Amino acid sequence: MAQTILHKADSRGITDLGWLKSYQTFCFGNYYNPDRIHFGALRVLNDDIVDGGKGFGDHPHDNMEIISIPLEGELRHEDSMGNTAVIRPGEIQMMSAGTGIYHAEYNGNKDKPAKFLQIWLYPNQLNVEPRYDQIVLEKGKALNNLQQIVSPNKEDQGVWVYQNAWFYLANFEKGFAQNYSLHNEKNGVYIFVIKGSVETANTLLEERDGLGILETDQLSIRAQNDAEFLLMEVSMTI
Amino acid sequence: MENTSILVIGTHPEILQTVLRLINNNPLWKATGTTSPEEAKDIFLKNSFDLVLIGAGIDKDTDEALRTFFRQNNDKIAIAQHYGGGSGLLYTEIAQAIHQK
Repeated sequence: MAQTILHKADSRGITDLGWLKSYQTFCFGNYYNPDRIHFGALRVLNDDIVDGGKGFGDHPHDNMEIISIPLEGELRHEDSMGNTAVIRPGEIQMMSAGTGIYHAEYNGNKDKPAKFLQIWLYPNQLNVEPRYDQIVLEKGKALNNLQQIVSPNKEDQGVWVYQNAWFYLANFEKGFAQNYSLHNEKNGVYIFVIKGSVETANTLLEERDGLGILETDQLSIRAQNDAEFLLMEVSMTI
Repeated sequence: MENTSILVIGTHPEILQTVLRLINNNPLWKATGTTSPEEAKDIFLKNSFDLVLIGAGIDKDTDEALRTFFRQNNDKIAIAQHYGGGSGLLYTEIAQAIHQK
């Protein structure tokens, strides 16, 4: 019998700096809840809205796998490895912070907000050489399908990470259902609904709800309405 | 409430300074740091700490040797791995480590 952990959208932590609104599924910054530290290797799931022209100045990271998924608008990125890039919806950005990097990220538009998911995974190797990657996703492939965007394998689809983790984006039409078989039954699955609503593990998930699912080797996901969601299979061992 | 005294070790000088600044912004915390594992041992012996945060750049053998050294000299010391290199996870790491002490 699968075990589940439900995180309703309105139970998330909130940081409001005026130019930034960040909705945090797990503890981050000053948001502290001992019941919401992490889900296995998944440590951060921030749902961020950055005002036009604003952003995060130069700041460091180390020993973390950082994945950004733009939802609206564009983010301008600069880092200490010499990378300068803009990421937009339909693209995925990934950084292995490893021994340490500095980066800055700003809303690339002056007049409209940038919305994106920022996801941090504990790495399964510490102190690796820092690394940046950015990919453009094949359009339409997420329609009634789980489109792989992250894996641990360099040769596989999507970006690769130093962690036993597989991420998928999906756009399911109302009523569409699909089974998902885990790569490893000791892993967990975390489903985060971006838009619409889905049902899985006997739980209805609405916009921005999250559900952790444990102790199963497969699950079924059905769209209750047209739905966009992120499925993350992660190691439960840090 | 007493201050929590924290020793931070990490080999990236700029990130170490950032972490120290962020910790010391909290009036209930007081942090000292070094990039050198050997210096960390000296500082540890000359001061009283509640928590050691081990940051990036410390190899596995050195990490294990440091943890053993700290525990041999203070069996109540809390030791935590610091991830992320910045403000995002610091508060939780420190709160958790002190809580579990």
